Amino acid sequence: MKNKEPLILVVVVAFTLLTYWLVEPFAHSQMHKHVESEDFAYADLPAITKTGNAANGKELAMGAGGCTGCHSITKEGIPAGMDAVTAAGVYGVNPPDLSDAGVVYDAKFLADLIKNPAHALKVEHKFDAAKGQMHPMVAFYGAGGDIDQEVADMVAYLQSIAVSKDELTPAMAFENACGRCHAMKYENWTQLGEKPEFKFEKESLAYDIQVLEYQESLTKYMGKLPPDLSMYIRSRGEHFLSTFIENPQAHLAGTAMPRVGVTADAAEKVIEHMADAGDTKRDERASVGTNVMWYILIFAIFAFLWKRSVWRELH
Amino acid sequence: MAHFTKATSVKDWLNQRLAIEKVEKVMASEYWIPKNINFLWAMGMILAITFALLLVSGIFLLMYYQPHVDFAFDSVNYTIMREVDFGWLWRHVHGVAASVVFLVIYIHMFTGIYYGSYKKGREMIWISGMLLFVTFSAEAFSGYMLPWGQMSYWAGMVITNIFSLGDLHLDGLVEWIRGDYVPAQAFLTRFFMLHVLLLPLAIMGLIGLHFAALRIPHVNNQDGEEIDFEAESKKYLDGDKAGSKVMRFGNDFLSKDMMVVGVFLIFFFYLVFYNYSFALDPVNFDPADMLKTPAHIYPEWYFLWSYEILRPFSVNIGLIAFGFAQVIFVLLPWLDRSPNVAPANRRGAFSIWFWLLLIDMIVLTAMGKLPPEGIFSTIGLVAALGFIILWVALPFITMNEKKV
Repeated sequence: MKNKEPLILVVVVAFTLLTYWLVEPFAHSQMHKHVESEDFAYADLPAITKTGNAANGKELAMGAGGCTGCHSITKEGIPAGMDAVTAAGVYGVNPPDLSDAGVVYDAKFLADLIKNPAHALKVEHKFDAAKGQMHPMVAFYGAGGDIDQEVADMVAYLQSIAVSKDELTPAMAFENACGRCHAMKYENWTQLGEKPEFKFEKESLAYDIQVLEYQESLTKYMGKLPPDLSMYIRSRGEHFLSTFIENPQAHLAGTAMPRVGVTADAAEKVIEHMADAGDTKRDERASVGTNVMWYILIFAIFAFLWKRSVWRELH
Repeated sequence: MAHFTKATSVKDWLNQRLAIEKVEKVMASEYWIPKNINFLWAMGMILAITFALLLVSGIFLLMYYQPHVDFAFDSVNYTIMREVDFGWLWRHVHGVAASVVFLVIYIHMFTGIYYGSYKKGREMIWISGMLLFVTFSAEAFSGYMLPWGQMSYWAGMVITNIFSLGDLHLDGLVEWIRGDYVPAQAFLTRFFMLHVLLLPLAIMGLIGLHFAALRIPHVNNQDGEEIDFEAESKKYLDGDKAGSKVMRFGNDFLSKDMMVVGVFLIFFFYLVFYNYSFALDPVNFDPADMLKTPAHIYPEWYFLWSYEILRPFSVNIGLIAFGFAQVIFVLLPWLDRSPNVAPANRRGAFSIWFWLLLIDMIVLTAMGKLPPEGIFSTIGLVAALGFIILWVALPFITMNEKKV
């Protein structure tokens, strides 16, 4: 009799793959719309036409630009005007420290953010100046000269003080771009920063209360408390995260989450940090996986040889 | 007491006390298997191996898992995945095996249907198999609850709601099952107990029954041929191994079992290391949130077909259809009225019935996951009706089947 086993195997595999395709790729394509990456080009934002001068930019940032009224620049020895909890009470969220903004955020984005925050952040649906809903970041209307030159100078200044691209770690990128709104408890990260070790529970609880107070202001500001991102690498996946960070509105029209304006490199690092929290063992998995696959392959070969030797007498 | 002599070897010592030679004969060397069977008959061994993997990985997970609504999610996703050495491996083995075991169960079931292995004399094999399927389903569902993720919680809500039985409004029964108005601590603790103790015990007992059911009627074969096992095994023992129609289970068929297991394990570990997320619904990596319903609630893939039989109808009709789908497979040995034990391709109309059923269940599976809108809900309704019609038609199709 003809050996039908190969045919049977083909039938079984074909039906299995068909079922898999239907319940995974096909069903998910129907349930979630696909969003293509825009390559972090921020094509909707105007290009910077002027060449910035960092020295002028520094003067503007410290003076007429008014940045340091709300923002700290710890690298330059400029502390925050108030602590994070109080700041969140005033602005809704603690304004970011600008030390490394120049490397985390895209230059075009920073320029537009200085001039027109709600537009750059894509939160105009929440902050409509015409209706008196002002974004807590005050727009820069110029210091008397060419505003485009002034903005370019400030961006150049921020870029001049920031660490280099290679020095920017995944944790830094995450803390800068996400860490003031999102906690990540698997990395011991709260919206106030990394929770320190306390000797006494009383102190630990006092810290937690501060976090809760901050979260209360944040919740009021955002409409709901932004989620803890510890497991987002697994609940959302890389592609979703990357395109969501790039433009939250493309996935979730009307969301309060702003476009954070990170560079492609910073976005990659943010995602790497999320993988560090939710998929810590990925390297171990890859190396153990290779060894196990070899082992099983050799097992299968020996099993095949054993079968052949046993069955030789049966036919 | 039996008479004991001084043992000549360890084996002899054991043999006098445990009759290991007899056990070996019954279990392996004189457990006769027909020769004309293909690799589909190795699915039983694959299931046994997968169940062992589930049991062992489950025991390791059990050491660190916390059955508490506040800690369950983190005990799985933080403690086991990050803190425990190789915790990720046990979890992925457990998660992938839980899904793959159903794929193999379905292949095993459809093999039985195709070759008529449930027919006269083999009904107990079929019934014990279906009981195993039901128990495995309960085991899978109760396990799915334990990480207390978003889909765990809402699947628990939806599935337990079924027990209100539509217009009967048995809300008291639902609360009794949950131990609360909604899935909460009592619910988690009892599902934990079911998953790690009661249901695995039941499964092990049923596996014993399933094996015992094979002993007298023997395994069916590719041609449905009735083999005289006495005569054929005698031929084998007399040295005519090639001429006999049967072989030993050990090591003859066992060697083929192991070969198929080897190939299966390549596929299995590929999934564990490189495609583990195929079995783990991303929604379940969000912690349970009773104030926020997921955009789509659907069960794991292996329940989708029966979920889709429930869904396209009004509540009461749907429940009746669902109940029908749950029990109808058990009745197969009596619904198939034909005297033939033969592969479906030789049985005319039954062959068409078999392939239609298989395709219908795949369509139901797909529609069970897709949102019930537009064309999908129409296809779902047609497939659900098709399922019922196929089973109602089965006795009539097989009644007049000619003897082959």
